[in-house]
Amino acid sequence: METKTDAKPKQPMMENGPYLEKFERFEKGAKGPAWVLAARKAGISHFTELGFPTLQDEDWRFTNVAPIAKRPFEPVVEPTRDAVAAKALNQFTFAGLSGSRIVFVNGHFAPELSSVAKLADGVKVMSLAGALASDTALVEKHLFRHARADANAFTALNTAFFQDGAFICVPAGKAVAEPIQILYVSTAKDNGTTAHPRNLIVAERGSQVTIVESYASLRDAADFTNSVTELVAGDNAAVEHLKFQDESQQAFHIATVAAHFGRASNVVTHSIALGAKLSRTNIYATLAGEGLECILNGLYLTRGEQLADHYMIVEHAQPHGASHEYFNGILADKSKGVFHGRILVRPGAQKTDAKQTNKNLLLSDDATANTKPQLEIYADDVKCTHGATIGQLDDESIFYLRTRGIALEKARRMLIHAFAGEIIDRIRCEPVREELDKLVWERLEQNEQVALNP
Amino acid sequence: MTQPILAIQNLSAGVEGRQILKGINLVIRPGEAHAVMGPNGSGKSTLASILAGRDGYNITGGEAIYCGKDLLELDPEERAREGLFLAFQYPVEIPGVNSTYFLKAAYNEIRKHRGQPELDAMEYLTFVKERMKILNVPEDFLKRPVNHGFSGGEKKRNEIFQMAVLEPKLAILDETDSGLDIDALKIVAIGVNKLKRPANAQLVITHYQRLLNFIVPDFVHMLYDGRIVRSGGKELALELEETGYELMVNRAAVPA
Ligand SMILES: Nc1ncnc2c1ncn2[C@@H]1O[C@H](COP(=O)(O)OP(=O)(O)O)[C@@H](O)[C@H]1O
Ligand SMILES: [Mg+2]
Repeated sequence: METKTDAKPKQPMMENGPYLEKFERFEKGAKGPAWVLAARKAGISHFTELGFPTLQDEDWRFTNVAPIAKRPFEPVVEPTRDAVAAKALNQFTFAGLSGSRIVFVNGHFAPELSSVAKLADGVKVMSLAGALASDTALVEKHLFRHARADANAFTALNTAFFQDGAFICVPAGKAVAEPIQILYVSTAKDNGTTAHPRNLIVAERGSQVTIVESYASLRDAADFTNSVTELVAGDNAAVEHLKFQDESQQAFHIATVAAHFGRASNVVTHSIALGAKLSRTNIYATLAGEGLECILNGLYLTRGEQLADHYMIVEHAQPHGASHEYFNGILADKSKGVFHGRILVRPGAQKTDAKQTNKNLLLSDDATANTKPQLEIYADDVKCTHGATIGQLDDESIFYLRTRGIALEKARRMLIHAFAGEIIDRIRCEPVREELDKLVWERLEQNEQVALNP
Repeated sequence: MTQPILAIQNLSAGVEGRQILKGINLVIRPGEAHAVMGPNGSGKSTLASILAGRDGYNITGGEAIYCGKDLLELDPEERAREGLFLAFQYPVEIPGVNSTYFLKAAYNEIRKHRGQPELDAMEYLTFVKERMKILNVPEDFLKRPVNHGFSGGEKKRNEIFQMAVLEPKLAILDETDSGLDIDALKIVAIGVNKLKRPANAQLVITHYQRLLNFIVPDFVHMLYDGRIVRSGGKELALELEETGYELMVNRAAVPA
C-alpha cells in the first residue's frame, strides 16, 4: 500500500532558512580556490530555489524526505577528535581487501587510517581538499561538471557545504590492479549531524581501475550523509565502481553518482544498499561517446522500516551505446524499495541498446515495492526494453528443496541468495564479489524474517 | 510380519470444494515395488504430493503411517530425512541455486539425520561420481543451476540421479517415464533396479505399461477417480493397457 501523500504545500523558506544562515557562517571559514567558492555560492542559491523535494515532486513520489527537511542537520565542520582506532575498521566489509584505502571520519579525511599502496606512475589517490591545493588544474577540469546542482537540491546542498572526499585519478593508459577503497565512517553519537562527502574519480583514456566506495557507521544515530560522486571514464577506459551503503538503521543517506562515459569505454557501476533508515541513490549516467557499453547494477536489501530508493537517469547522447540496468530488491518486514529508471535517448543516438530490469522480492505481506520505468526516446533506430517484477518466493521451488531434506528456512535463504546472486555475480572484481556474497548470505541468516511467510 | 514402510488407510483428501482422493488403501513392505496406474486426472500426482508433504490439500479422512510414524504430521524435509523421496512429474527449475551445493546440502542433511558424519569434500565427490557413472549422468549436471535449462528428459534423469545420491527408503516416482525415449527410459530403469535394496521400497506411478517392462512391479494398482479400483500382480499392468482404463472400471464395477 502506498503512503498517503502529504497535502501540505512545501514551505521552502522555513526549511531553507537555517541552511542559508549556516552557509553564510560556513562561507567565511571556507578555504580553497575562488572557482570553488563560486560553485558553493551557486549551490546554495540553487538549493534556495529548489527547496527540499516533497511527495508532490514526480521524482520523489515514493520517498518522503520530510524527516531530513524538518531536522536542522548540522554539518560537522571540524574533524571530530573522536579518534577511530584502526582496529575498529576491521569490522567493516571489505576491510580485508588488499590495495589502497582512503578513509574519512564524519566526512573528514583521516590520513592515519588511510594507506595508499604503491601505484603506477601518476596515479593519484588522495583527499579532494588536498588535491584542490596540489592538483588544482586537474581537479577544476572535472569537478562540478557532471553533478548538476541546478537539478537536484541535495547535490546543490553538497556543492555548497562539502568539506572533503576522495580524489582518484588514473592517467591515460595506466592500470591499477587492486581495488581502491574509499571508506566513509560515521561516528555520530547524536542525531542530526551531517556530512557532505564529495568524490571525484577520473579514469583517463585507456586506463583501468576498480573502486569501492563504502559508507558505514560505528554507532547507531540518525545522522545524515549527503554524498556526491563524480565519475569520469575517458575513451576506452575500463572502470568498475561499487558503491556500498551499510550505514546504521537510523541513518539518512542521500547519494548521487554522476557519471560520464567516453567513447568505447566499458563501465560497470554497482550500488549495494543494505543500511540506513532512508536511502536514496541517484545515478545519472551520460553515455557521451560512441560505441560504449555500461552496466548499472544494483541490489537493495531492506528490513524493519527501512526504505531504499534508487533513481536513475541513463542518457544516451551518442550512437551505438549499450546500457544495461539490473536492479534487484529484497524487502522484508515493513520495508520499502523504490526504483525509478529513466532512459533518455537523445536525437541522433541511433543503434542505442538500452535495457532495464527491476525485480523485487517481497518477504513479507507488509513490504512494498514501487517501480517506475520511464522511456524518453528521440531517435528512431533504437532498442529499448524494460521490465519489472514484484513477487514472492516461489512456493514450488521451496517445496522442491524441502522434499530433498532441506529445511524451510534454509530453502528460503537459498532462493533469496540466488536472487541476490543474479546481481552479485556481475561484480567483476573477485575478492569484492566473494566478500559481498558472503556478507549477503550472513545477513540472510541473521534475518529472522526469512522464516516467516512460508 | 515386518513393519510396512508405508501403510495408507482410507485416505481421503482434496482441495477447496473438491474431493480428489476418496479412500485410498495401500500397504507397501520392504523389498516391494508397487506400480500405480490410472488415467490422467485420477489423482496419482495428488497422492504422491500428499505423501511428500505438499501444502494446499485438505486431508478429510484416513491416515498414512510411514515406518510406524504418522507421515502426515511431518514437514516435507522431515519426511525426506526419514527416507522418503519424490521424483517429481514436473521437476522445478531453480535458477541461481548451484546443483553441487544443493545436492551436497541435501545429502548432508539426510546423513546428519541418520546420525552419520558429514562426508568430507573428497569422499563426497568420489561417491557422487560413482552415482553419476551408474546413471550415465553428464558431469555438467552438477555445474548447472538446479534443473535450469534442462530438457524434459534431463530433468527426469536428474530426479533419478538425486534419488541415487540420497538413497531413500521409499522412492515415489511420479511419471518419471513420460516424455522419455526408450534409451532414457532404460537408463532410468537400470538406475532404479540397481539401487533396489531388500530394506527399501518403490512406488512407481505411471500412465503406461512400458516402464514396467524394465521395472518389474510386485503389485499393480489401478487408480480411478480417487480410488484404487483394482489391485493385482504385474500381469494387471498388461491387462490394463490392453483393455483400457474405462473398460476396466466398468468391469470392476460389475461384481463377478
Ligand atoms: N491443487 C489443486 N487444485 C485444484 N485441483 C487440483 C489440484 N491438484 C489436483 N487437482 C485436480 O485433481 C485431479 C487429480 O489430479 P492429479 O493428481 O494431478 O492427477 P494425475 O496425476 O492422476 O493425472 C485433477 O482433476 C486435477 O485437476
Ligand atoms: Mg500426474
